[in-house]
Amino acid sequence: MMTENKSTPFDVESIRKDFPILSRKVNGYPLVYLDNAATSQKPLAVIDALVDYYSNYNANIHRGVHTLSQEATDAYEQAREKIRVHFNVRQSKEIIFTSGTTHAINLVASGFRSILQKGDEVIVSTLEHHSNIVPWQMLCESTGAVLKVLPINQEGELEMNEFSRMVSPKTKLVVVNHISNALGTINPIEEIIKITHNAGAAVLIDGAQACAHIKPDLQALDVDFYTCSAHKMCGPTGVGILFGKEEWLSKLPPYQGGGEMIKEVTYEKTTYADLPHKFEAGTPNIAGGIAYGVALDYLNKIGFDKIAQYENQLLQYATEQLLEIEGLRIFGTGKNKTSVISFNIQGIHPYDIGTIVDKLGIAVRTGHHCAQPLMDFYNIPGTVRASFAFYNTFHEIDVLIKAVKKAKQMLT
Amino acid sequence: MEIKEIQEEIIDEFSFFDDWMQRYEHMISLGKSLPLIDEQNKTDEYLIKGCQSKVWVFPEFKDGKVYFTADSDAIITKGIVALLLRVFSNQTPQDILNADTSFIDVIGLKEHLSPTRANGLVSMIKQLKMYALAYQSQLN
Repeated sequence: MMTENKSTPFDVESIRKDFPILSRKVNGYPLVYLDNAATSQKPLAVIDALVDYYSNYNANIHRGVHTLSQEATDAYEQAREKIRVHFNVRQSKEIIFTSGTTHAINLVASGFRSILQKGDEVIVSTLEHHSNIVPWQMLCESTGAVLKVLPINQEGELEMNEFSRMVSPKTKLVVVNHISNALGTINPIEEIIKITHNAGAAVLIDGAQACAHIKPDLQALDVDFYTCSAHKMCGPTGVGILFGKEEWLSKLPPYQGGGEMIKEVTYEKTTYADLPHKFEAGTPNIAGGIAYGVALDYLNKIGFDKIAQYENQLLQYATEQLLEIEGLRIFGTGKNKTSVISFNIQGIHPYDIGTIVDKLGIAVRTGHHCAQPLMDFYNIPGTVRASFAFYNTFHEIDVLIKAVKKAKQMLT
Repeated sequence: MEIKEIQEEIIDEFSFFDDWMQRYEHMISLGKSLPLIDEQNKTDEYLIKGCQSKVWVFPEFKDGKVYFTADSDAIITKGIVALLLRVFSNQTPQDILNADTSFIDVIGLKEHLSPTRANGLVSMIKQLKMYALAYQSQLN
């Protein structure tokens, strides 16, 4: 296979040196990490930031008057500010630190219990991850609202004509992912937000899969809620954000009670703190938040344009090479995609392929990708999913192709 | 044959293989000889939970011995089930309950024994022993 002629917009070999894990071996082979849609690897700068916090200024934030507490608070709030700038959010109080996307979605879903009424409608899409289905089902169960599902076509794209028909005055909330975790489809969220707003409803976009590939401008999008997880974009696990417009965040009741989120507490009545602290009960993941800021710095230094351009080349190359394997079918063939390829080989269970390629040092995901309704749509038990990041190489794709061919030969 | 003898036979069989690829190829071929479950018994009742692939195991109790038939939609899993059935099928409930499964480690399939492994080998063993326990309590 020819890989030498591919031009790269940046020096991938030097980038790889920033990620200590990429030099390890798995089952005797150099690790080929192609499970980036599940979680990304971490550059040394992020790992160092975690160590630095615990080694030098570990303290609880927002309360102590002592120096360490002040330093930790400053670093944590600086991270919030970096996030604000990154996502082009108007005010930093519209950024709520959460434990990740799932927490962020649950926070909003829980808040809407006091807003939705019987007969109101919530629209989700067929492309959703379970974490963007179940909280809304729970919300509908408790309020009597109706959950409606936006269909997709065979290519794995949202049926936008159908969407326009589904939205009505009953619609109160539309929740869609920015990019499908299972297929990699980039959804037309600008259009979704516009149509939803015209109907007077709110939109939540689950950006968990998008933020590693795209730098969304949240003011330009005019979205009401946007969520993402740090760990998918080179940051640590256990931290993420909810962006919410101030008008919405003020309307929603607190999610959890506890320290930090209060103004005054007596046994008769508690008044809640202002945004963002109203939604940040308890001691947060301080080191994680700080390191998330460092991850954003790291990605921005490389540049999201370059990342997207390079990842697209990887996607195209891998798609072409995989399709040369007889009997291989790719799920998610929309025009607008990020570097995720979900596939099956006729007559072979994805689990079998995953097991064999793992033996060859390759990490891919197999299974239903927490998107069972989507697997039901295609009538398959699951897929093999290879997802690429900017630190992957064309050579690694060659290794994958060779391994998949080997697996096919062994399994048929 | 007693469970211990069968396990030794399997260990012996696998000792000829130099690398994982040969072991897996052997397992895949074992999968093809799995005593297949009757299609009508492929129901949720006989589906083993905790596997990424589907695994059905159907038990029968005849003349004091437990017999299993099974199937899976993944071929490596089928091979693993075939190995387990070779050990556990056609045995008394008591022998099944007493059996240890360290042979799986010895033949180089240790990674499949992890309780977090999505293939659910641990769930399979547990289910086989549960059936044995149920038959054992019928005897008492």
